Amino acid sequence: MSHPSPPHQPTQIVFGMPTPAEVVAGTALELRSQPVPPPGWTPPWTREEDEEEEEELELPTEPMTVNMGPSHPAMHGTVRIVLTVEGETVRAADVQVGYLHRCFEKEAEAATWTQIFPYTDRLNYVSPLLNNVGYALAVEKLLGITDRIPERAQYIRVIVGEMSRITDHLTCLGASAAEVGALTVFFWMIKAREWLWELIEELTGARLTNSYVRIGGVAADLTPDFAPRLRDLIRRVRQTLGEVESLLVKNRIFRDRMDGVACFSPQEAVAWGWTGPCLRSTGVPYDVRKDHPYLVYDRFDFDVPVGSRGDNYDRFAVRMEEMRQSMRILEQAIEQIPPGPVQIDDPRISLPPKREVYNTIEGMINHFKLIVDGIKVPAGEVYSYTEGGNGELGFYIVSDGTGRPYKCRVRPPSFILMQSLHKLIVGGGIADVIPTFGMINMIGGECDR
Amino acid sequence: MTVDYAPTLVALLFGLGFSCLFMALAVLFGPKRGGETKLSPFECGSDPIGSPRVRFSVKFYQVAILFLIFDIEAAFLYPWASQFRRLSCIGPMAGLSCLGTVTLFGFVEMLVFLGTLGVALAYVWRKRAIGWG
Amino acid sequence: MLEFLIEHTWLQALIKMALLILAFVMPLASLSTWAERRQSAMMQDRLGPNRAELRLGSIELRLWGILHFVADALKMVFKEDVVPARANRFLFGLAPILAIAPVIITFAIIPFGSDLCVGHAFEVLRDPASMCTSTIPLQVARIDQGFLFYFALASLAVYGTTLAGWASYNKWSLLGGLRASSQMMSYEVTMGLSLMGAFLIYGTLEPHAMVLAQGPTPSSWGIVTQPLAFFIFLTAAIAETKRAPFDLPEGEPEIIGYFVEYSGMRFGIFFLAEFVETIFLAAVVTTVFLGGWQVPWLYPDGFHLMGWTLELPHLAVVLIQLVVWSLKIIVLCWLQLLIRWTLPRFRPDQLMRLGWKQLLPASLINIVVTAGVVLARSGGR
Repeated sequence: MSHPSPPHQPTQIVFGMPTPAEVVAGTALELRSQPVPPPGWTPPWTREEDEEEEEELELPTEPMTVNMGPSHPAMHGTVRIVLTVEGETVRAADVQVGYLHRCFEKEAEAATWTQIFPYTDRLNYVSPLLNNVGYALAVEKLLGITDRIPERAQYIRVIVGEMSRITDHLTCLGASAAEVGALTVFFWMIKAREWLWELIEELTGARLTNSYVRIGGVAADLTPDFAPRLRDLIRRVRQTLGEVESLLVKNRIFRDRMDGVACFSPQEAVAWGWTGPCLRSTGVPYDVRKDHPYLVYDRFDFDVPVGSRGDNYDRFAVRMEEMRQSMRILEQAIEQIPPGPVQIDDPRISLPPKREVYNTIEGMINHFKLIVDGIKVPAGEVYSYTEGGNGELGFYIVSDGTGRPYKCRVRPPSFILMQSLHKLIVGGGIADVIPTFGMINMIGGECDR
Repeated sequence: MTVDYAPTLVALLFGLGFSCLFMALAVLFGPKRGGETKLSPFECGSDPIGSPRVRFSVKFYQVAILFLIFDIEAAFLYPWASQFRRLSCIGPMAGLSCLGTVTLFGFVEMLVFLGTLGVALAYVWRKRAIGWG
Repeated sequence: MLEFLIEHTWLQALIKMALLILAFVMPLASLSTWAERRQSAMMQDRLGPNRAELRLGSIELRLWGILHFVADALKMVFKEDVVPARANRFLFGLAPILAIAPVIITFAIIPFGSDLCVGHAFEVLRDPASMCTSTIPLQVARIDQGFLFYFALASLAVYGTTLAGWASYNKWSLLGGLRASSQMMSYEVTMGLSLMGAFLIYGTLEPHAMVLAQGPTPSSWGIVTQPLAFFIFLTAAIAETKRAPFDLPEGEPEIIGYFVEYSGMRFGIFFLAEFVETIFLAAVVTTVFLGGWQVPWLYPDGFHLMGWTLELPHLAVVLIQLVVWSLKIIVLCWLQLLIRWTLPRFRPDQLMRLGWKQLLPASLINIVVTAGVVLARSGGR
């Protein structure tokens, strides 16, 4: 890339427990600088109230083992948690995933490199474009063409990716709000997601299964009035986020249910391999877009919000703020986007124009070879990672030099987050399982593949 | 003052009859096509582990006992509340207002009673018997 | 005919009960199932149910989807009636009855209009005390401890949900039943204590007498004299109806609910019971805090406001009172829907904390303060 990348100085936004004055003033979610708490520090609201120390006489309770899921309203039909409860308290939890296993990795071995795009749509199905981009970057890395992707295509990838990130977070937060009973918030957020999907549909031809990105670029250029429509949309989404905040952030019931529930320390989070908004909620400012910039992310001015307690509210607030930051990126990208082609000019990678396919023998043979044999990717292995909706979305691909991958392995962020779910829910109440699970944002398609 | 309780009985019978009618609708018109799987308990699609007939947490009983204590104490307050003006008045009354001298008797008696209730509540509070832990 | 009615109070009560339940409560409950869906749809920027239509030849009646409740009722009646194999059949069948019967019965104590003066329907009642010799009270059962009757029966409703949870032989429903019992018991104490202030002020436990004592001047209504109690009672009573934000026993994304094993009309009864409870709650709040059937400045002989007078015949006065009473209830039902679709659900420990550590002490303080004020005021006379 020709542009010099600016010195890397991640700006942190720290959320903490807002003071009552801030809650009243409505600035609870505004950016505040606050030192990350030292390890071992427990928030005051999780500490035991100073009651008289007395040996408590506990009558024995028979624990009850109960299946939560797979067919449970909050388990998205894809997870089973075997809970051992005493009264309302969870004493043990066995999280079982895999109900949505669809052999993504094995299927990928039978498809050409290009044919895998539709499969990646179905990984994290609330932000399919991010998966498209992540996969395309991996193949391009192995092809060694990362620097030759047209700038316009890179900008378009950033734009659709950030739009997908917003839809991902809207779905996650909306669904979690619905699960704690705020159904109205859910519909407001889904409404905002619908606006985004309408624009995405106009661009890619599909709402959900976009398959819009190609190796070496994207399938089509932006529609003529894309920029003004996106600007208008950002304005409306911002307004919706404000409305949602007014319903939730200052709501005592919601705050009590989220604050200090399911805390996770930064050390633990790193040890368990957490990434994405969940890791940032614990105070670790790791964002692939900032720390290992790909595409043109080093050209944008955006902040990485981090939490300070790693509880459910921080995970909520980090996602809220990330949507705002994504909109900032979108605004800058739509300003900066240069004109030009959206596909790499290399007949070994991109399909020839239809005119050539129908009228010249070379074009037809080129098209035929690319479709039937696939793009020849040199033998080798590569791991490429991007910032997905839930965290680091990695693709580890191995090529044997043919048009089909020898191995295509995904590092799904939510699968890794799910490993530590039991640590978060044991000791809490049955009612806490739901927001905790919601804030982990396990997406069946991505987790089980 | 004599009170006519016949309407109360009528209301009782009406309410019971009305609800039984609904049940009868369910039983009469609902088709019954049972099967082993359909009639097994719903536990999110998995086979149930263990029986639901377990001894449940003592915390639930705690709430029940607290309820008993406080609700019975509340029951003592009803007659007091409705007769409060009578208790606070020595002499004749005209409607709700007192024509004789006002006495603190009823008020103080209830302060003592409510004080006891408050102490009980504070005790329960301190013992963390309220809620789940 | 009328004399026969006046003599036989049981027949009178039966007619009044049937009219109240079948002509007011049930239609309103059915309408609130529709209103709930339509209103939530409006709050959430969507259309809501609007498809059910009635075809009479070439005429198609849609009526904004109101007919959905008819379709729902028919669907519930003809849906499969599933009784789980290991459930306790007797208690499983008894639970829905116990859930709805107490609410319907307690409607007996609600006064829905001033006493009908037999024989003077079209005259202006200038002196009701001497003119009315025989009256028909617009209240099913006028018993002097009406509110005690209400509290006694309301606690029976706990059995319905708890038994439903237990009898289903299902762990989720058991948890729901347990949650229901602890929630309803916790809030019942507060509910009783919060009304104590009103009993003190109006010196009676009889709903009709309480409405009379509040009079047609809004400044002496319960909401003005007992504002704190109004909020405490409303909160506790909504908790008692088990609807959001207090829908923990149901809590469908958490514990699926105490009626998870119920299907068809058996489930429909629980569903209906919730709506009937909201109406009943509205009726009690109206009676205690909003002057019952009283219409501002409407006296038995007509309107009197700052020297301006409009005389009305007795029947017109009663009709206006009936309509205003219904309006008050409808507004309160709407308010409950508004709350239901705005707030998220409580967590069990939050719920207990709110009930025992905030509402209960607040209602105790309310009693003491009210008693003090009543005492001071009666001393001034």
